[in-house]
Amino acid sequence: MLLVPCPHCGPRNSADLTLVGESEPRPDPAATTPAEWRSYLYEEHNPAGWARETWYCRLGCGRFFVTERHRAENRFRHPPLGPSGEPPGRT
Amino acid sequence: MAGNGSGASRAQPVRSRRARTRYPARYSAASLLWRGKRPWPRIWDSGDLRSSYDAVVIGGGVHGLATAYYLASNWGITNVAVVDKGYLGGGGSGRNTAIVRSNYLTPDGVAFYDRSVQLYERLAVDLNLNVMFARRGHLTLAHSDGALRTMRWRAEVNKHQGVDSDVIGPAEIKQLVPALDTSDAPRYPILGALHHPPGGIIRHDAVVWGYARAAAALGVEMHQNTEVLDIDVAGGGGPEGKGPGGRVTGVRTNRGDISAPVVVNCTAGWASLVAAMAGVRLPISTHPLQAAVTEPVKMFLPAVVVSGSLHVYVSQTDRGELVFGAAVDPLATYDTGGSLSFAEELAGHVLQLMPGLGRMRLLRQWSGLCDMTPDYSPIIGPTPVAGFHCDVGWGTYGFKAAPVAGEQLAACIAGGQVPELIEPFTLSRFAEGRLVGEKGAAAVGH
Repeated sequence: MLLVPCPHCGPRNSADLTLVGESEPRPDPAATTPAEWRSYLYEEHNPAGWARETWYCRLGCGRFFVTERHRAENRFRHPPLGPSGEPPGRT
Repeated sequence: MAGNGSGASRAQPVRSRRARTRYPARYSAASLLWRGKRPWPRIWDSGDLRSSYDAVVIGGGVHGLATAYYLASNWGITNVAVVDKGYLGGGGSGRNTAIVRSNYLTPDGVAFYDRSVQLYERLAVDLNLNVMFARRGHLTLAHSDGALRTMRWRAEVNKHQGVDSDVIGPAEIKQLVPALDTSDAPRYPILGALHHPPGGIIRHDAVVWGYARAAAALGVEMHQNTEVLDIDVAGGGGPEGKGPGGRVTGVRTNRGDISAPVVVNCTAGWASLVAAMAGVRLPISTHPLQAAVTEPVKMFLPAVVVSGSLHVYVSQTDRGELVFGAAVDPLATYDTGGSLSFAEELAGHVLQLMPGLGRMRLLRQWSGLCDMTPDYSPIIGPTPVAGFHCDVGWGTYGFKAAPVAGEQLAACIAGGQVPELIEPFTLSRFAEGRLVGEKGAAAVGH
């Protein structure tokens, strides 16, 4: 069992949540080429280290949040640091 | 030799004559008598790592070894090194559930996996090693009308491609596998099944050893405990000349640097990390898949039984153990620790199918890493970095595809053109938006 730190419910069993995927800024669909858009859709960093992830608290608060997880050791780092080092708001 | 070919074509081997394989020892009853108590020679001798090869294959699993073997036997390219950071067959090749089948859903998938089943059927002869292919038949159970509809769809696609596959009802299922509960008592009763007689199980370690031995006899070098630390690329658009537009020049390992015009990424679990060394990003996320094995009992399960709805597949090995596999864990992680919840869920699902197994004991459980792509299909062939080829993203279907993947990738590397069979599975399909959508994969619930 993996405990996921939901910022609204507190630690919950990972079975209660859905890992949506890696959290990346969404490019502007109007200004990107199809190849760039598909790169955003499909490509992953898939690190064996810290990954910035979006989670969905499916059986809890029903909200989305961003956190960081070490994908080899399954440790969480919450709240994650924002792009310029600041603590980010809830997403 | 290697080209960044993009068009589909039927590349012909430069040498049609099969290269003659000289094994250090012949495995036969006569040689057993003749040899007496003298020890058998090592089946491969790796020697020192040289500083230059025609091709370097990263990953000494069944895919890497098959690629090296077909490069040597079909194309005469024998100056090849297979490097692995652990031991041969220590990754997915030794962790899978050894099921072979070709009853997929997409015509591309069926044609591809059918070629693999054909190669497996004569592999023991080609490699002169008994790989213990047991052609038991393969049953995919349907527990809902929706699943039954998919089974009929798959059966029609299969028949159209000349693959033996048919939908059968509960009475026939009971005849084939008496241990299954085909009554309407379970929560998810069995409504029908897709029966695929050519499917079966095979000894996965023997396949690894067979390819390693045959490739070594042709001159391919196997280097274990040799970890690739970096891949050298020149002329690319990214940092250090890596990335799209570049050309691969060699690899750096913990035992020294190697220069090579062709580098093949045949890793499972670490595919993203190895590709990133060359500046290539892949649409892969890595998930563990857990499996378990019971104590051995008398043979009672004549076929491979799969249930998509209950996320379980069961087969009985020649030793009598039941091997269970499941769908991939929903969480992307490199952690192969395994979980109790998996064992609990698995036991519950198996008892739904075969209530008679209530007192059987699990011996052990393990997990392997699966590189999942968005369309449940592999990534095979050239990448935007010239000379850097991929044979990755094998998710839950890598073992059964190893011979065809090795054969076709060798043709792709040596011929410089992407062969027709793997044309649907190139990396460029994601940028071009032509995904395959293989819903016949084991990871897909129905």
